[in-house]
Amino acid sequence: MSDVVERTLSALPGLLGQHDPGAGPGGAGGPGRVSASSRLGSLIRSITALTSKHEEEKLIQQELTSLKATVSAPTTTLRLMKECMVRLIYCEMLGYESSFGYIHAIKLAQQGNLLEKRVGYLAVSLFLHENHELLLLLVNTVVKDLQSTNLVEVCMALTVVSQIFPREMIPAVLPLIEDKLQHSKEIIRRKAVQALYKFYLIAPNQVQHIHDKFRKALCDRDAGVMAASLHIYLQMIKENSSGYKDLTGSFVTILKQVVGGKLSADFNYHSVPAPWLQIQLLRILGLLGKDDPSELMYDVLDESLRRAEINHNITYAILFECVQTIYTIYPKSELLEKAAKCIGKFVLSPKINLKYLGLKALTYVIQQDPSLALQHQMTIIECLDHPDPIIKRETLELLYRITNGQNVTVIVQKMLDYLKEGQEEYAIISLVGKIAELAEKYAPNNEWFIQTMNAVFSVGGDVVHSDIPNNFLRLLAEGFDDEKEDHQLRMYAVQSYLALLEEEDKLYPQKFLQVMSWVLGEYFSLVTDVDPEDILTKLHSLLKKTFVTSETKAWIMAAVTKIASHTSCSKTVDELIQELSSSLDTCLRQYAFELKYLCEDKALMKSLLPFDASCSDLVVDASLSFLDGFVAEGLGHGAAPYKPHHQRQEEKLSQQKALNFEPYGLSFTSSVSSSGVTGRQSPTGLSFGSDISGNSAETGHKETNTLKLEGVRKLWGKEGYLPKKENKIGKENEQETVPCESLLAGEVGEPPALQPDQGASLSEEDKEKQQLASTLFIGLGSSAGVSLMGKADTATQKFKRKSKINEAQQLNEEALDFQNSAASDFGPLLDTVPINVEDSEGSMHTRLRKASPCSSDIVEDNLAFETPQSVRKSVLDHRISANRLSQSSLFADSNIEIFQPSSSAQCESASEAPLVPSLPEELEELPHSEVVRLCQSDALALHLCKVWTDDSLLLIVFVSNETTSALHAVNLVFEETEHFQILESATLQFPVIEAQSVEHCQKCVRMNKVCTKAILPGSVSYQSEMEIRLEFSVTLSLMDFIRPMEMTTEDFGKLWLSLSNDVKQNIKMSSCQDSFPAALDTLQQKLKLHRVDVIGNEGILACQLLPSVPCLLHCRTHSGMLALWFRSPSAALPDGLLYQCQKVMEESSEQQCLP
Amino acid sequence: MMRFMLLFSRQGKLRLQKWYLATADKDKKKMVRELMQVVLARKPKMCSFLEWRDLKVVYKRYASLYFCCAIEGQDNELITLELIHRYVELLDKYFGSVCELDIIFNFEKAYFILDEFVMGGEIQDTSKKSVLKAIEQADLLQEEDESPRSVLEEMGLA
Repeated sequence: MSDVVERTLSALPGLLGQHDPGAGPGGAGGPGRVSASSRLGSLIRSITALTSKHEEEKLIQQELTSLKATVSAPTTTLRLMKECMVRLIYCEMLGYESSFGYIHAIKLAQQGNLLEKRVGYLAVSLFLHENHELLLLLVNTVVKDLQSTNLVEVCMALTVVSQIFPREMIPAVLPLIEDKLQHSKEIIRRKAVQALYKFYLIAPNQVQHIHDKFRKALCDRDAGVMAASLHIYLQMIKENSSGYKDLTGSFVTILKQVVGGKLSADFNYHSVPAPWLQIQLLRILGLLGKDDPSELMYDVLDESLRRAEINHNITYAILFECVQTIYTIYPKSELLEKAAKCIGKFVLSPKINLKYLGLKALTYVIQQDPSLALQHQMTIIECLDHPDPIIKRETLELLYRITNGQNVTVIVQKMLDYLKEGQEEYAIISLVGKIAELAEKYAPNNEWFIQTMNAVFSVGGDVVHSDIPNNFLRLLAEGFDDEKEDHQLRMYAVQSYLALLEEEDKLYPQKFLQVMSWVLGEYFSLVTDVDPEDILTKLHSLLKKTFVTSETKAWIMAAVTKIASHTSCSKTVDELIQELSSSLDTCLRQYAFELKYLCEDKALMKSLLPFDASCSDLVVDASLSFLDGFVAEGLGHGAAPYKPHHQRQEEKLSQQKALNFEPYGLSFTSSVSSSGVTGRQSPTGLSFGSDISGNSAETGHKETNTLKLEGVRKLWGKEGYLPKKENKIGKENEQETVPCESLLAGEVGEPPALQPDQGASLSEEDKEKQQLASTLFIGLGSSAGVSLMGKADTATQKFKRKSKINEAQQLNEEALDFQNSAASDFGPLLDTVPINVEDSEGSMHTRLRKASPCSSDIVEDNLAFETPQSVRKSVLDHRISANRLSQSSLFADSNIEIFQPSSSAQCESASEAPLVPSLPEELEELPHSEVVRLCQSDALALHLCKVWTDDSLLLIVFVSNETTSALHAVNLVFEETEHFQILESATLQFPVIEAQSVEHCQKCVRMNKVCTKAILPGSVSYQSEMEIRLEFSVTLSLMDFIRPMEMTTEDFGKLWLSLSNDVKQNIKMSSCQDSFPAALDTLQQKLKLHRVDVIGNEGILACQLLPSVPCLLHCRTHSGMLALWFRSPSAALPDGLLYQCQKVMEESSEQQCLP
Repeated sequence: MMRFMLLFSRQGKLRLQKWYLATADKDKKKMVRELMQVVLARKPKMCSFLEWRDLKVVYKRYASLYFCCAIEGQDNELITLELIHRYVELLDKYFGSVCELDIIFNFEKAYFILDEFVMGGEIQDTSKKSVLKAIEQADLLQEEDESPRSVLEEMGLA
């Protein structure tokens, strides 16, 4: 076929002169051939004949002018209009705007006969975009055509709907299209399904109610309609695979029929039955079989693999999809084996497209099956030097997945080489991110790390993601456990930057300069052999460069200020102040003035800019309490109390009795980030500038800083950099396994690449490659050795790993952790459930009666924590806690659900499972949560229980030794995050834990930065044969830290006036909870608020965030709304509480409104 | 799902563009320009697949014309290559051994065939026969439709 096309002309203009293309080179003029002597033809011809862009522009402008005149003339016939539209489409394709014609395109679609209508619809779909206002004019036409008796018109309408349709007008045509699902012609049914697919994509909620119709389409007697419905199903299953598990059987049956050739030959493509349909079904099966045993699918997948054996691209397409599906679903060893062979076929293929896909497949499966990479290592090495950059890039992606501490330098070098060849922006961003990640994780030493990061910053330029510099600086600033290492790393960084700045005229990216100036400013004094004056000179010369942006200049000025604070008078600083005091840039000018005044008071300057204090927290008085006296005085003199902007606006509006245009429901997240004043110091370290001037650069950093630090995993210092010891162990393993691999390699018929001795007979080049291979695949050696010895069965190896905990250190630790916890979770559940059944039997009666209020009572975070059994228990506790009301001062006036197991349950659980920890007696009395398991290895288990005391949140951690010998040096560490602070120290040590015993300890936690919910990560390590580390995380919510605050109405009034941060919000009360006392009860109980006073329809409540940040609430009802008004010295606290209020009110309204 | 399809010549002239996901005009122009540059710079023996921006691009050259599809991360590259091939087959059958000139002068027909073949970014009809039948049916209707109309017009003119 391509030969036929190949025959055609290569040089266009030459041919144009010779013969009329209307006759066509093939001579067999198709039904639609338009004579090129038409006006479009002449336009095209004259354009092709032109030589310059300028002439083209002129000609098109002429054409557009004449077209404009023609289309707007009233005498123009529709037929002529059609021709004009085609010409307009052509002009638009060349890049010239012709918006004057859009409305005429719509008119043409509306009024024309079939031929004209078709062109009109085409023009509309090419000219307009989804949100174009003119599109509304099309709706009527579409509705009319959908109702037409002419099939062609219906088809056109459906086509245009699936291409472009205004979202908000979907309801206008939806019923018509639904009707078409019953149409007698399959082509109409098929197009209707595809139109619905489009609707599903752009507005899924609009078609929610017709899901059963999709099912009908899936069962359609015509295979084409069924195939069309699969698009919708693929999309729906992507979003929620668990909802469609029941269809697995049907999809398998369909695939079986397709593979078995049961469809009509019309669906064949190069004698392969319906390949598009097969691939669609394979993708669906992959999604459905992801986490469940997929028994049903194995047969048909096997069949698909077997049938797809003819050598044609289309069969490879099916094979590739099959392989992906097999590796995605619940594993089955025989299939995996076959799939692995299949990948081999791809990788070894001489066709470059197949090779590329082979690499992709390898990348996909490499973490499950590293030995496969070893099998193909020589091919991978070849691809690394492939002339096609796409192949290279995919190879690097593959290597990225197998990087470890031993091959990191080689792999990162290869990546950097690739980057230096010059790539497009997207490739740079993604690769640079990967390099930075690998460098942080596996850096072998300080010098290498700094050099690599330097390369990252200089090659990555300013397109690097801002995470990278932020993380890097954070890492330098926070350091890790070893002081000496920190010192060395910082010193090396300073030295290398000074060396880089030595080269006068080199241009560095802005972000790199910013990193340099921060590091120089912060750590210049670590380098003792350089005069600070030299550094200042270098920074000064940078400030004068034109390529340095003003944002970067702000960073440099910050560095200069820091350095200046530690030197006695400097000439450069004086010079600089003088120069910049008259700078046109206001920010720089301000910095210069600040620097000038600070220099006059060195003592103040030193205290303001202490050395290496970037990590210590700044205390910012967000409430501006130092102004309280001033405010009180003002009020005393009769001034009106301050009202924030939104309140004033609200009052103004209510006076005018106008509509309320303010949106309801403040989004909590946005308000927190905007008011996160108490966050960490900004990286420039110059907060005195930012608060007052509010200059854009500075606040910019602050924002990215607060945003980016959340959720960023700390990679450095854990498995990454610190454990040098482990690396050594790894190497020893290596030496042991290498010989056994080479022995077996002979049998398997593999090139023994890891054995350099055998290189004698090989050429130089091959030797080089083998050397490279041995450096690249070094980390994989040991695990491959294992798999080869295990009957060389790669597939069963993967399986074993699923069920058994492998002790090899090389394996992915995260995956292990996950499996551990998954396995262990079943244990205690089974142990304790019977006990609970017994316990709860007695209270069955109460449970039934109290079921609904009870479940609502559970504090929100408990829900996340507790297993169903504790919910059941809580019913019981409800009763108990009611009896204990007098004892517990904290929750005296509330019914918060508290876990207080009865003593009998405790005894039983103690006797049945000796290692399930229980609370010590003195804590047992206090309100506390369920004891939950945090993490477990085969030697040690960690449990946690939250205890809510009056003045703190205690985390009780139980460490149980599950082995029969004592465990030594158990070390428990909580990581401090920006949200939480651990009082006293964050680490805990147990020198020894006896066999089968449980140790416990308690930690008091504070919430530093208000958030609704956040994770407190931590880890436990212990010494067995080697040091083993387990990671865990605890979810803490704001409500863990909120306690009622008792006060009198007078105190409340005083405090209210002194507080500055306030938030107001109206919440709608549902009809069944409109009684004000009921609403107050809900708030009081669920949020642990203290009710200070209630007068009529107004109430005041108070609570505090531990240790003692008050938050006051004033609430009032009017016309079905509950007006909440919070005040607190903390900016974020009212938002957080408001969020909780909205939540509990919603929940309680849902429950109370249930019949 | 296919995001868009482009046909352009070796000289970098756009011959056909179809967008299946709403994209602003400015972005369209930028993307077309960039992608054309990238594809035209590639050598003949290189791989037909590209990772470009956040998309995957599948392209193939037929004579002087490049057919180029952008697909999403999970889509199958090889089947997209076959989709292009099937489209070329359709064009070939319709025009009777197609050449670039057919597509230049009759681009609206090329659009109609594409619309009958791919709908909303997903393949609609994989059977060559039925796609062409649908197109011919529409063409036929038009011709019938046309002849009386032109007589009327003549009368009107007279």
